[in-house]
Formats: sequence, structure tokens, C-alpha cells
Amino acid sequence: MPIEIPKDKWPGKIKTITIGATIEEGGTRSKSITIGGQTTLPYLHFEAPMPNKPVIAIEIKSRKSDDWSPLLVEAWGDAMEEPAEWAKKAEEAGADLLVLALTLADSPEDAVKAVKSVLGASGLPLIVWGPGQAEKDNELLVLVAEATKGEKLVLGICEDKNYRTIVATAMANGHLVQARTPMDVNLAKQLNILITDMGLPADRVIMDPTTGALGYGIEYGYSVMERLRLAALQGDGMTQLPMIVTPGFEAWKAKESKVGEGVPEAWGDWKARAINWETLTATALVESGADIVVLRHPESVKRVQGVIDELFAVPA
Amino acid sequence: MPLSGIQIYKLLPQTNCKECSFPTCLAFAMKLAAKQVELSACPYVSEASKKQLAESAAPPVRLITLKANGTEVKVGNEVCMFRHEKTFYNKPGLFLRLKASDPELAQKAAAADAYKVNYVGMDFSLDGFAVEADSDASTGSAQVLTAAVKTIRGVSKRPLILIGSDAAVLDSALGLLAGEQTLIYTADSSNYEAMADIAKKHKAALVLKADSLDALADLTPKVQAKGVEDMVLDLGGKNMGEWLTRSTQVRRLALKANFRTLGYPTIFFAGQAGPEKEAVYAAQAIAKYAGFVVLDTFKPELIYPLLVLRENIYTDPQKPIQVQPGIYEINSPKPESPVLITTNFSITYFSVANEVEGSGLPAWLVVTDAEGMSVLTAWAAGKFDAERIAKAVKGFDLASKVSKKRIILPGHVAVLSGELEEELSDWEIRVGPREAVDLPAFMKQALN
Repeated sequence: MPIEIPKDKWPGKIKTITIGATIEEGGTRSKSITIGGQTTLPYLHFEAPMPNKPVIAIEIKSRKSDDWSPLLVEAWGDAMEEPAEWAKKAEEAGADLLVLALTLADSPEDAVKAVKSVLGASGLPLIVWGPGQAEKDNELLVLVAEATKGEKLVLGICEDKNYRTIVATAMANGHLVQARTPMDVNLAKQLNILITDMGLPADRVIMDPTTGALGYGIEYGYSVMERLRLAALQGDGMTQLPMIVTPGFEAWKAKESKVGEGVPEAWGDWKARAINWETLTATALVESGADIVVLRHPESVKRVQGVIDELFAVPA
Repeated sequence: MPLSGIQIYKLLPQTNCKECSFPTCLAFAMKLAAKQVELSACPYVSEASKKQLAESAAPPVRLITLKANGTEVKVGNEVCMFRHEKTFYNKPGLFLRLKASDPELAQKAAAADAYKVNYVGMDFSLDGFAVEADSDASTGSAQVLTAAVKTIRGVSKRPLILIGSDAAVLDSALGLLAGEQTLIYTADSSNYEAMADIAKKHKAALVLKADSLDALADLTPKVQAKGVEDMVLDLGGKNMGEWLTRSTQVRRLALKANFRTLGYPTIFFAGQAGPEKEAVYAAQAIAKYAGFVVLDTFKPELIYPLLVLRENIYTDPQKPIQVQPGIYEINSPKPESPVLITTNFSITYFSVANEVEGSGLPAWLVVTDAEGMSVLTAWAAGKFDAERIAKAVKGFDLASKVSKKRIILPGHVAVLSGELEEELSDWEIRVGPREAVDLPAFMKQALN
């Protein structure tokens, strides 16, 4: 007996966004990445085709960080000392694009140099994060944006307390921005409005609804993402942006991933647990609508790529 | 579809006899609609009405309970597609599959049965075992399976799933499990009659398997006609994408189309594509509507994250996870280490605990009972005031643990410091930063 499957037809559509510019497009990237364009909920291919796969970014830093887990140090080795080397290794590990996180120790010259060296070492599209302090972010990102005009980088991280300078320089230099709000549908919407009101087109804004790691509030991020995506499909224009989330950053902050000693025996093998922590955090977020997941460990990248591939291996 | 109070009223005797203890039939109908009373409280309702009311009250996804002498697992009875719409109610059962012929069966089952892990004050464990008979129907498999069930019952009281395709083999093993509610895996179009017979005989639930939802929908009424009501569906699917599609479709059919034929919980085998994919397969099943998730691997580093994910996804969004109030030791504090105060909203606790933990600095973290609210919300609601903080400090007997009687208040409630000094006159009260992220710097600079 053939069953009639209930299908949802939505009025709204997620904006299609392209990151990175090739030589023909005025940049130097070997390829650009396109995300978004969905007209239904994630991976429901029986309702509507999903035009673009979610992508995986690997996070690297402009200088080696003391507080990264020894497991990450083991995975990346000496490449962590040199952003260009790290970028190459990340590309080999299967990244679709890179996140370069600048640090407080970087001078503006250091920052520009690090960004240029990464752009030189890898042809992947690039997201650049400031160190996370408003003044320093603005100081570094403006110079980075000017020095990379036309590359279509994503500059981040815009928050409600500090977005104007980053948005202005993105507008002036042909870049995009990452707009982060703390796990709340209305705050996300509000920041998108503020940013687009400045004149940056919505197809150059990627929203970051923030997530928690598995066990550390993932359910809030997960549900906010589902609600944002539902609102977008229902036609709310200011939520129709692709989403970026940072499961790598969050998961590797958790004790479960970060440390191997002084933890309960019931947590099991450290390395396998750490990879599971990052992978499961990312998998849940991919299911709830993430368009870009930023990861840290190469093994997690491989597994999450496997998830994305399987979610697309469905006859329409 | 659930009936409204008025619709229910029309099916009642309308005599206002009060024997249900409500003043009128309408009042009783309203209570029925709100699911606050049972229909059986009305002695005069007609059989026809009873039937109609029972049908309308049946949950769109049938509740299936597996039970042993020790524990039970309930799945199904779900009412929404997304957890934020209401909540997901019954956590999927996590079962470990073991082969009946496994020579290490007893050790494996005992280890998995004993596994217990604590997450924010709650103890989690596996829910039960799926015991698989030898696949070939040789004459010995019945003995092997019954021996295996005996072995497991020697080390575990958790509910069982019995896996096999030969009803006769399963029948003898089920005979050992009288008084329990077991799940039988699996019936398909070729053997459903024999399987339904043993399910009925042993009051067991039965998994049905078919290649498509259409074929499954053909099968459930046939099994129901054999007298089996408790069914579970194996949706098949070669990969995560196919399973997500089918699982979403089945949940939607049940909730949106009130399609009772497929209104049953599902079962998913997470190890089907090998151990490397087991974690993500299980994770998707947990997030996307599975009723039972069967694992092939028992490893704490796999089980723990899955149990946490299940807890997170099935947390009622209206009732945030609360941390057990108490004193938490971070980085092995000594008596002179600083004392930090916060509330028992899980995210608040995690933000503070993570920052301090990450800094490597030892501290005592006092978590007060603020009814699961964050610092500012709890303060505004009167759940995080000087009196409550003082009560926690005294109640947890903090003074017996520390030598330096100094308390760091969250910066957001600096206003409480005066009152707290009065409540705790022999303690020094300091105001810390507003945000957890600034704690490490504060502890390094201001607390020496």
C-alpha cells in the first residue's frame, strides 16, 4: 500500500553565499565555496534538493597556543609553529576552508603577515578571527582586510558590542563577516539587522548562533539553530542566512576532550573520547542546520565529512 | 486526534451523577481532555463511547515498555518533531548486542551491566542487552540461546531484546523470561505469523522489518490482526541519509497525519557500518527519533558521550538541566584556595567551572540552589540572595573545608555583598568579575 508522505512546502529560502574569490573573481583562491540556498530542513531530499553541502573549516592559529590539548599538539605537531605549514596540513586533512585565529600577541604587521602566509600556502577560502578583544580585533582586522582586498575572506567575530568597524572594513574591501550572538533567535536576528542596516548585503553575512559542546549546553545551540532555520523557511528574511558554528573550539574546551588525567575511569580512553566529543558535537549541529562547522582535530574532520557524505547519499 | 472537552462531553452520559467526584459531566470532560483523570472514574459511560475515547486518546507513537525484574525502559509516546516545540519525553533505550555463542558472554555482559557514569550529579548506565541467536537454524541454536539468556540473567537484571529469525528458537528462550517484557527481533513478511504467535504467547513486543515504509505499513495491520499490539519498526536504510529520511517520515506520519499504521517507535543498529561509524550513527539516531539504539561496541569512551547526548537532547527545554547544589572541587583545592559562588543553572555552572578548570587554578566552587536559574535571573527572581547564599555556605559546612574565610561573589550581584557580610559576619566578601571568562585573570591578579 503506497503511503502518502506529508511534505512541507516553505515560502522562505536560505541565502546563497560564496566565500573566497578565485583569480577570475578578483582574488587568489584556487576555488571558492558556496553554502546555503536551502528551501527545506536539512537533508530532507525528498522534499527539496539541498543545493550545497555543509562544509568543514579547520581552525589554525597565527601562533602556537599554550592552552590547546596535548592531543591536538600531537596531531598537528611542528606545523603549529608556523601558520603556513599548519594551513597546508589542514588542507591535506580535508578542510574545505580554513579559519585563522589571530592572537593578542600579534602586532598588526604580524597579523597581516600570518594571513598572507596562509593565503600563500593554501588555495582554500579563509575565515580570519580577531583575538576576541574589541579594540585589538578592530586594529588587526582592518589592516588584514585592506591587505587582502578582493579575496572574499570572512572576518570575525562581529558581536553586538563590536561590529561596526569590522562590517565597514568588510564592505570597503569586498569581504564577508561572521555575526555571533549568544544562543538566542531574536538576538541573532537583531544583529543581522544592525549589520545589514550599515549597508553590507545579507549575502555577505554568515550567522554564528553560538553553540555549547556536548554536555555543556549543546541542546540550547541545537534548538536555537532549528528554530532559526524554521523561522527562515517560514519567510523571516533576517534569519535566512547560512550558519557557522564552532564545535571544535567548544568541544576542546571541555574537560572530556582536553585532559587525560584525573578524570573518572568511566570516561574511557582519552583520545577516542576526545574525538567522539568533537565529532558528536559537530554531528548534532550538522543535523540541526549548520552550514559551516569549524573543527580542530584531523580525525574529527574525516568522520564529520563521512557524516555529511552519507547524509547526501540519498535518492531524491 | 485528541478530542476537546466539549467533544468528550458529548460522549458522556450527561446525567451529572457526580459519582466520578466531579460536579458535572462537563467538568469531568474538561479534566479528561487535560488528561488529569481516567475515564474509568465514570461508571456509566457506554462501550461505544469508551472505544471512541480510547482511540482518540491513544498516543500517535505507541508507548512500548520493556521490563525485567530490575529495570524498565519506556520508549514512544512522543508528541513533537522538534524538542523546542514541547520536549522529547522517553529517551531511546541503549542496548548492547551480544552473540549468544560468544564464549566471553558472561564477562562482557557483567562489565556492561556494571557500567555507571556520573554526569552533573546524575548516574547513567546502559539499558539492556540484545542477545543474538546463531543465524543458521541448526538444532543447537535454541540451547545456545537459552544458555545465553541464563548467563545474562546471572549477571544482569536489565531488559532484553532477543534477536533471531526462527520463532521456535526464540520461543524456548522467551520461556525463561516469564514476567518480563522482552522485545523480539525480527519479523518480516516471510515469518511474521510464527513471530506474532510467540510474541502473543510471551506478551513480548515485536520488531517488524521491511525494505520500505509501504511494505512496513502492509505488515503492521497483519501482525495486529494476530493479536500483537506492541510493535517496533526497523526502518532499514543503507546509510545515515536514508535512515534520517525514513525516521523523519515515520514521525511525521504519526504526528501530522495521525497515521496509526506506522505509529510505533523505531529500532536502529548503530554498528551496522562498522565501529568507526558507530558513534555518529548512534548520535543521529538519538537526535532523530529512534526508540531503541543497539550498539555493537561496549567502550566507555563511546557510551559516555552517547549517554550525555541523549540526556541533552531529551532535556525538557522548559526545565533547564540543574546541577546538584553543593561544593565542587576544581583542580584539587587546598584549604587556602579561593571560594567562588554561583548558581545551579547548568550552563552557568559549566561556564564558571570550565574557566576555572582551564586556568589550572585550584578553587572551591559553591553551587547554590537557585532553582536552575542563571545568576542575574535568579537574583531578579529572589532565588539567589544573601540569605540563600549564607544558607548554602552554612549548610555545606564550607568552614570545615577552608582556612581562608573569603567568598567571591559574581560581579552581577555585587549589590548583595553588604547583606551577605551581615549574614556571614566572620567571612570576607569580595566581588568578582561579571563574566566567567574573566575569572582566571581575577583569580591571578586580585586574589593573592
